[in-house]
Amino acid sequence: MTLNMGPQHPSTHGVLRIVLELEGETIISAAPDIGFLHTGIEKEFEQKNWQQAVTLTDRVDYLANLSNNLVYALAVEKLLQIEIPARAQWTRVMMTEFSRLNSHLVWLGTHALDIGAMTMFFYCFREREDILRIFEMFSGQRMMTSYIRIGGLALEPPRGWQQVVGKFIKAFPSKVDEYEELLNANPIWMRRTQGVGFISLEDMLDLGVTGPMLRGAGLNWDIRKSEPYSSYEKFDFKVPVETTNDVWSRYRVRIQEMRESAKIITQALEGMPDGPWQADAPHVVLPEREKMKTQMEALIYHFKIVTEGFRVPAGEAYQCIEAPRGEIGYYVVSDGTSKPYRVHMRTPSFGNLQGLPKMLEGILIADSIAALGSMDFVLGDTDR
Amino acid sequence: MNHAAILETKQAFGETTLIADPAQIVDLCRYLKDDEKYIRLSGITAVDLHPAEPRFEVIYHLHSLDRNQRLRLKCRLGGAQPEIDSATGVWRSANWYEREVFDMFGITFRNHPNLVRILMPIDWEGHPLRKDYPVHGYKYSYPSE
Repeated sequence: MTLNMGPQHPSTHGVLRIVLELEGETIISAAPDIGFLHTGIEKEFEQKNWQQAVTLTDRVDYLANLSNNLVYALAVEKLLQIEIPARAQWTRVMMTEFSRLNSHLVWLGTHALDIGAMTMFFYCFREREDILRIFEMFSGQRMMTSYIRIGGLALEPPRGWQQVVGKFIKAFPSKVDEYEELLNANPIWMRRTQGVGFISLEDMLDLGVTGPMLRGAGLNWDIRKSEPYSSYEKFDFKVPVETTNDVWSRYRVRIQEMRESAKIITQALEGMPDGPWQADAPHVVLPEREKMKTQMEALIYHFKIVTEGFRVPAGEAYQCIEAPRGEIGYYVVSDGTSKPYRVHMRTPSFGNLQGLPKMLEGILIADSIAALGSMDFVLGDTDR
Repeated sequence: MNHAAILETKQAFGETTLIADPAQIVDLCRYLKDDEKYIRLSGITAVDLHPAEPRFEVIYHLHSLDRNQRLRLKCRLGGAQPEIDSATGVWRSANWYEREVFDMFGITFRNHPNLVRILMPIDWEGHPLRKDYPVHGYKYSYPSE
């Protein structure tokens, strides 16, 4: 029997259609059909100037906006060869870790909701709300932050952020304890997740799956450790690895990642360096208002950046970071003008979804909900 | 790294780019995966250099977990009938990436198991990421007030 799942199915977390070939209750084969949310972001990049395009990166993945901001900024900064001051780098790390928490919280809440644990959803969204408030405090936006810009940050970190972040991060580990208390020994949760959704590590590597999926299968690979960016090498954190390779192990990995992220944020809070929050690159970064009003040179730079944008030397660069879902890689090509010539986004959801048919093969249709939820994909991220 | 298909090696920003001969791409990919341990294919994409010739560049981003290294492969294809062999036999993940490149740029991958559009509707005409594809005004026109 052929069963059409989606595109408007609540547990596909977006507009994903899967054509399931069934033998009784067992899935013989699954064929994902994507593209419903394709919005032509890569084409749009070519129409915007370099700095304007930051706003497009927000809209790729609604749960990891800052990760996308960061990877684009890093790729363009590689081409521009500009040095980012320590304070900006640390703030970037802190904010992307918040976005990892945000993403994992939404994942945990909705995934538990799919499996039948409704309380989790309210618990997770309670903390997520605090994180969105922090985003708003820093950038003025809850979701489409555009906070990490080429050359530094969009705004100086607001006054009093230490108190707000400090209060949140002090309470957060006890909140994670609450989640674990609800789920770890919960017989329904265990029966629904343990031994479900197996896919071998070799298959995952060959099919392009990245992120917590791989770490749940025993592979210790995290881009923050293997190819550190934005001064991640200065932070002390562990890469959680589990070996059972099922929905349960992916849950364990993400829970522990939340604790590690909280540690990173605490370190960033305590050791935040002083200094400028934008690069010393007058041809890229807008001058301070005061300088613009008093110095001729600053006025000229201001005029040039505002009217035509800055130019990026011709070349190509690939930058990848560890996003909540896995490897985000931006391949950026410049032809020396003030607009990107080509930007390709290697998004983790697109890569991960390719592993879905393999994972669903041979399992029960009821388990498919748990299995595909454990992948944690965002369809906007898949279709771009 | 020594292979007959490598035409040129470039280094920039700490990244290595190999310009490869499109006719031997599958052979080269197999060599890089088996002998040089680039077991992961991070992605395949393309760049349209219209109106220059050769018009297209097909780009492969490879990653070796053992050596913690990344590598970029680049093949140049002419604009009249861009065709290249599929790498799906080497990495299964090439499947969707090649479909995306086919969809967006109209580059054909020979021996691909299922070369159909992936992001655009199946009956769509044209390839949106080509440089001669307009941003506005294609297919639908709105009456001007």
